[in-house]
Amino acid sequence: MLGKLTLHVLPLYSPIAMSGAAMELLGVLFIAALITWFGKWRYIWNEWLTTVDHKRIGIMYVVLAFVMLFRGFSDAFMMRMQQATALNGHGYLPPEHFNQVFSAHGTIMIIFMAMPFLTGIINFVVPQQIGARDVSFPFLNSVSFWLTAAGAALVLTSLVIGRFTTAGWTAYPPFSELPTSPGSGTDYWIWAVLVSGVGSTLTGVNFVVTIIKRRAPGMSLMQMPLFTWAAFITAILMVFAFPGVTVAAALLGFDRFLGMHFFTADAGGNAMNYINLFWLWGHPEVYIVILPSFGIFSELVATFSSKRLFGYVSLVYATMVIGILSFTVWLHHFFTMGSSADVNSFFGIATMVIAVPTGVKIYDWLLTMYRGRIRLTSHMHWTLGFMVAFVIGGMTGVLLAIPPVDYVMHNTLFLVAHFHNMLIPGSLFGLLAGYQYWFPKAFGFRLDEWWGKTSFWFWFVGFYVAFMPLYVLGFMGMPRRMDYYQNPAWQPWLIVAAIGAVLIAIGILCLAIQLVVSIRRREELADLTGDPWDARTLEWMNASPAPLYNFAVVPEIHDREELAWRKERGISHDAPAHYTPIEMPCNTSTGVLIGGAAFVLGFAVIWNIWWLAILAFAGVIAATIVKGSVPEEEYTITPDQIAALESRGSGPLLGFLSPLEDERGDHSTHGLLNSIGD
Amino acid sequence: MHTETAHSHEAMLFEEREFGFWIYLMSDAIIFSLLFATYAVMRHATAGGPGAADIMELPTAAIETALLLLASVTFGMAAVALEDKRRNAILVWLGISFLLGAGFLGMEIHEFIGLIAEGASPQRSGYLSSFFVLVGTHGAHVTAGLVWIATAVAQLMRTGPTEAFAARFKRLGLFWHFLDIVWIGIFSIVYLPGVLQ
Ligand code: HEM
Ligand SMILES: [Cu+2]
Repeated sequence: MLGKLTLHVLPLYSPIAMSGAAMELLGVLFIAALITWFGKWRYIWNEWLTTVDHKRIGIMYVVLAFVMLFRGFSDAFMMRMQQATALNGHGYLPPEHFNQVFSAHGTIMIIFMAMPFLTGIINFVVPQQIGARDVSFPFLNSVSFWLTAAGAALVLTSLVIGRFTTAGWTAYPPFSELPTSPGSGTDYWIWAVLVSGVGSTLTGVNFVVTIIKRRAPGMSLMQMPLFTWAAFITAILMVFAFPGVTVAAALLGFDRFLGMHFFTADAGGNAMNYINLFWLWGHPEVYIVILPSFGIFSELVATFSSKRLFGYVSLVYATMVIGILSFTVWLHHFFTMGSSADVNSFFGIATMVIAVPTGVKIYDWLLTMYRGRIRLTSHMHWTLGFMVAFVIGGMTGVLLAIPPVDYVMHNTLFLVAHFHNMLIPGSLFGLLAGYQYWFPKAFGFRLDEWWGKTSFWFWFVGFYVAFMPLYVLGFMGMPRRMDYYQNPAWQPWLIVAAIGAVLIAIGILCLAIQLVVSIRRREELADLTGDPWDARTLEWMNASPAPLYNFAVVPEIHDREELAWRKERGISHDAPAHYTPIEMPCNTSTGVLIGGAAFVLGFAVIWNIWWLAILAFAGVIAATIVKGSVPEEEYTITPDQIAALESRGSGPLLGFLSPLEDERGDHSTHGLLNSIGD
Repeated sequence: MHTETAHSHEAMLFEEREFGFWIYLMSDAIIFSLLFATYAVMRHATAGGPGAADIMELPTAAIETALLLLASVTFGMAAVALEDKRRNAILVWLGISFLLGAGFLGMEIHEFIGLIAEGASPQRSGYLSSFFVLVGTHGAHVTAGLVWIATAVAQLMRTGPTEAFAARFKRLGLFWHFLDIVWIGIFSIVYLPGVLQ
């Protein structure tokens, strides 16, 4: 009836895992209690969970990303504390648990923190930047989100029921095969990756189509803002790269669940094939998490230098070239697998070549700032911090791209330092800067600058303190993924790294404080103009928060930096004589249901609860068929309603913070419309 | 998108869906190409068990191919019938396509069951795992295509050959013909070298 589920799956093996599980459960209960206390279940369900509005879906992605950032960082913090204390002893984490922690950290940070974060920002910004009312497939967008959330939920569940994988975020076989990893851990990893991977593929399809088909009249491809370009290339990478990890994880699953021999150590299995498949996705994935941030930095540099972006065309081509090259370098993740010297040289050189378009970008950003009127806001802090740190990370990457050097350095902490040096400044700083930049467009008020800058400084200094020692440790020969060690020379450096983790923790705390402080001071920080940063692109032409249809009248595009162009000429809105009706897609609960069924399906298969698995699978299929057979429902916003919304400036997007919030009627179409009384 | 008439709004939605479907098919094509590559890598990983020459039979593969290609031809006939909005003709041709596709699937399942009974199961060796998963993934796609044809038939009976039906039919056609292309790959990379050995 319950398959392999027994009481033994609870984390009784380690008091630390148990308290982690308890914290997670309490967190969920606390949030549920809060919602119940304020009587907001209906509101949350009708206005958020079932929404197909790209802005709200984007916001939900970012919320998910922050939750997972907290979890992923907790894991990182535990590892830093363990390694700082585990000389000659065992520290406080047993090896079995430590291995789960680094595996969960890597998986979460890449797939469930960076991916939702960038997908959320793309969702929120791109349609507004290209003058569209929504994405091409709003319902599919909701499905993508819920599949991502289902994957994240599987990873979180593994802390409470069963265990997570000990095979690292890459789940390399043969170790990840059944004989060596018999527990539920790798199965959780497989299902989390598969379910969220489908979501990301669909997101990719959605945004390729949206950007090709939904640009406002007059916006040629070479007039798209750079963030949209970055999102476009990212979406293409998602479409073409994700099959790699889907196939790798699925075949590993066939080995584990059906006894096949794709990657096993016996019966003709070939583990090297897995490693190729995985990195065929894995390397493009690195650019999937970095390119959107490059796009964000491009927007920020131009805006806060009050100057036209330098070298737009070269930035576009650099982005494309990076996108293409990202498919030609995957082998640098396993130079030591022993391909021939020729093959290794080819991939080594291809890897170094990527430094060229990346360098072009850095110069373009520098030249944009050159002689600009730079405003050193928190966003600029993240940007400048990124440029400094990223150049160093890039150089260590070029170093590792030399196969003989890689033979010496691979699998050491030098590598760990290198990729954190790329991912934290290159991806996370950009995403955090983007969050602070577009926040007013989402909620109608800015985030507190002082706390933003303070957070930056803790992150920035903390990053250096936490990761520069790892370069040294790499040179000293310390391998990655060490639970404990005997070499006393390593310990001082590991203690420094632990101090760095403390600084980063304060940086994260500052982000939380910033949010609370800003919510309390929202009247003061309110953005009444819709353009709080004197920005240059289309999304700032609307009120903040943007109305649900984004543009009452779809604007005509004249220039790459359309808003700057209009401001120079004193043209603001295309004020129409009268509005025309707008058709918008209705909310639907099918997305949540499909995501929920996917979660149940994964969970049931992991624990061999076959009847439940069949039920959940049938649910997914039935929902797909039904949804595909009935026409997409739409509702019409009448010109009168538009006029009312437009004259009021902006709607109460964050209903529970706004005095305009309403509890009237059911919210089946949209609270915003109800609130103006139709 | 800026002309607000209901008709062009709908036409744009259909156009977007078709374009999106093309993009999805490209992603799917990559899944298949990775499975092909895996098959190529594992061709000799028979672990002492049966290899390609032992498990392939040309007649079966030839009939399967014929069924699937015919199912595409009949689907094309349905498309022709749709041009003139001949509802019953569309129904008949779709029905025949469904039967041919189901025949293909039945033969494939029969082949698989036979192989497993002979001990050539996917658990036997890496080679056989890759064979079953590559061919089986194609078979799963055919199954999805059959379900889709069935829902298209249901839609046609309910609404007649509307614009919405035509748009959906077009995407179904892309999918159906895509499966032919993949099958031709399977035939020439899996079956032909197998029997020629
Ligand atoms: C915020 C501060 C962070 C800290 C203190 C941190 C710390 C660590 C530590 C201690 C490890 C294990 C190193 C070892 O193998 O000995 C690790 C591994 C890893 N980290 Fe982070 N990390 C942070 C952020 C991130 C971010 C933002 C990402 C990705 C976006 C990331 C991705 C990874 C990956 C992929 C691994 C490899 C996991 C594995 O070995 O399977 N980390 N990190
Ligand atoms: Cu790489």
